[in-house]
Amino acid sequence: MTPSQPLDWSLFRAEAINRQNDRLQHLFMILFALMALLLVIPVVMIVIILLQKGWSALSWEFLTTFPSNGMTEGGIFPALLGTIWLVAISLLASVPLGVAAAIYLSEYARQEHWLTRVINLATINLAGVPSIVHALFGLGAFVAFFRLGTSILAASLTLAVMTLPVVIVSSWESLQAVPQAFREACWNMGATRWQTIRHVVLPNALTGILTGIILQVSRAAGETAPIMFTGAAFFLPYLPSGVMDQTMALALHLFTISTQVPDVPEEIPFAVALVLFALVLLINAGAIALRMHLRSKKKW
Amino acid sequence: MEQPRSAPPLGTLLDDARDRDWYIDQFFRLLMFLCGISAVVFVLGIFIFVFKEGSGFIIQQMDWAEFFLSPKWRPTSAIRATYGTLAMVAGTAAVTLIAMAVALPLSFAAAIFIAEFARGRMREWLKVIIELLAAIPSVVWGFIGLMLINPLLIDTFDVPIGLNVLNAGLILGLMAAPIITSIAEDALKAVPDTYREAAEALGASKWQVVYKVVLPAAKNGLLSAALLGIGRAFGETMAVLMASGHALTIPSSPFDSIRALTATIAAELGETPVGSDHYQALFAIGIFLFTITFLINMSADFIVRGIKNQ
Repeated sequence: MTPSQPLDWSLFRAEAINRQNDRLQHLFMILFALMALLLVIPVVMIVIILLQKGWSALSWEFLTTFPSNGMTEGGIFPALLGTIWLVAISLLASVPLGVAAAIYLSEYARQEHWLTRVINLATINLAGVPSIVHALFGLGAFVAFFRLGTSILAASLTLAVMTLPVVIVSSWESLQAVPQAFREACWNMGATRWQTIRHVVLPNALTGILTGIILQVSRAAGETAPIMFTGAAFFLPYLPSGVMDQTMALALHLFTISTQVPDVPEEIPFAVALVLFALVLLINAGAIALRMHLRSKKKW
Repeated sequence: MEQPRSAPPLGTLLDDARDRDWYIDQFFRLLMFLCGISAVVFVLGIFIFVFKEGSGFIIQQMDWAEFFLSPKWRPTSAIRATYGTLAMVAGTAAVTLIAMAVALPLSFAAAIFIAEFARGRMREWLKVIIELLAAIPSVVWGFIGLMLINPLLIDTFDVPIGLNVLNAGLILGLMAAPIITSIAEDALKAVPDTYREAAEALGASKWQVVYKVVLPAAKNGLLSAALLGIGRAFGETMAVLMASGHALTIPSSPFDSIRALTATIAAELGETPVGSDHYQALFAIGIFLFTITFLINMSADFIVRGIKNQ
């Protein structure tokens, strides 16, 4: 451009429009950020309020003693222990089954086969069945038909069926994340499909599968409806002695003392809610930390 | 350099095809297959067992018109027990409606923000916190509705009771939001980057890309996210039981207390004699719930499939 020629400013109009767009874009971005923030605020508020109101009742004694005086005093020991029982046994059932199902879907099944499609649809539907319908199923199948009665075993199996789809989907994702080349290399060495899965695919997917399982544990610990009629009791003065006994559970205990029992001092249900939430939160935080750690160490 | 080893004759390889490893392989193939179909077995099992318990009532006693069209659920009436679910269906629908009014804008905005605008550390943190929102157990939500939102609504709107459609709707909205957000985010991510690049090359701003290109391309995925959210809100039990007031009315305002289908089962099942009409009627509600969520899930899947087949 020669200096004698006057500058044609119209050339820069496009930039002006862009600047206007930029402003608009910033506005929308801020709007979206605010709306996303509206989802964050409740979590923070809930944590603060639970801490504020429940902290005073929380103590080592609260965690290790029985409820007393019609559940208006005392601790939550049997409920805490019951929840651990229920979660542990439901894991024993759902993890082998779910991981094996994921192995079938990921390693054996042909993706376009009608059966694979049916299994996928069933998994989606199993995940969408309302928890109270799972309770009806547990009552009809485990309690009545298989004659387990209302017991820890029946409640755990009900929980296991409910959490199965989570295990299947998350394990499937971890298995799929193992590069196909790993498998091909192994097959070319003359390994059978199972040897490949056992020695190459599973070790590489293990940590991802673990993350999924941890997330599932947290879900099972917080469930109330499926265990209400299958094995959890409102109050028991003793600890369960085996899997055929009933047990108390933390989630049901919270429901009971906040709706069914009059005159419970306010800080006790808040403390129970805090313990339940903290339990779930800790397990979740563990899974999330593990996943972040894995992502940073990913080799492929 | 090492001498290349000569390959063994082909015959010896084939002879060994059915060795111990082969049988182990076949055994595990079968085992994995059996576990693989477990999800199908359980879905069928749920239907069969719930139907089995409720079938006597459905086939012999149930008046279909009454079941679906009468608002009167009086299973313990001494004169004439009536089993109408209309009020509960209306209550559940009202709560789900409010829940979606809360959840859909928030979670779609959050999904767009996470997928299209947020970067790096902020994005990771947002995802983590939204996952934590999903981790709060439903009974804790119900407790929050009972102890925190209830007095808040009474004070703010000057109503006699805060356990109502609005309370349960707010809670269910927050409960459904993380699921909708994560599915919607997946749907947005599934839109190929070439679409975005093409639009940007034409001079579109980031927002124009989102509004005119990404959202239309992801609309089926977003719709199915919304459907799954509806299914989740519809089937939620404990939170609704505790926060909705559990009163059998057809709601005419957000401040009316209602009773949900799920909550009715949870509240009454423990007190009914096994095998009685009332007990079986509760299982009939269970079948009704199962059917509706089944249809919702199937149509959500069908809509997503629609994109892939295009």
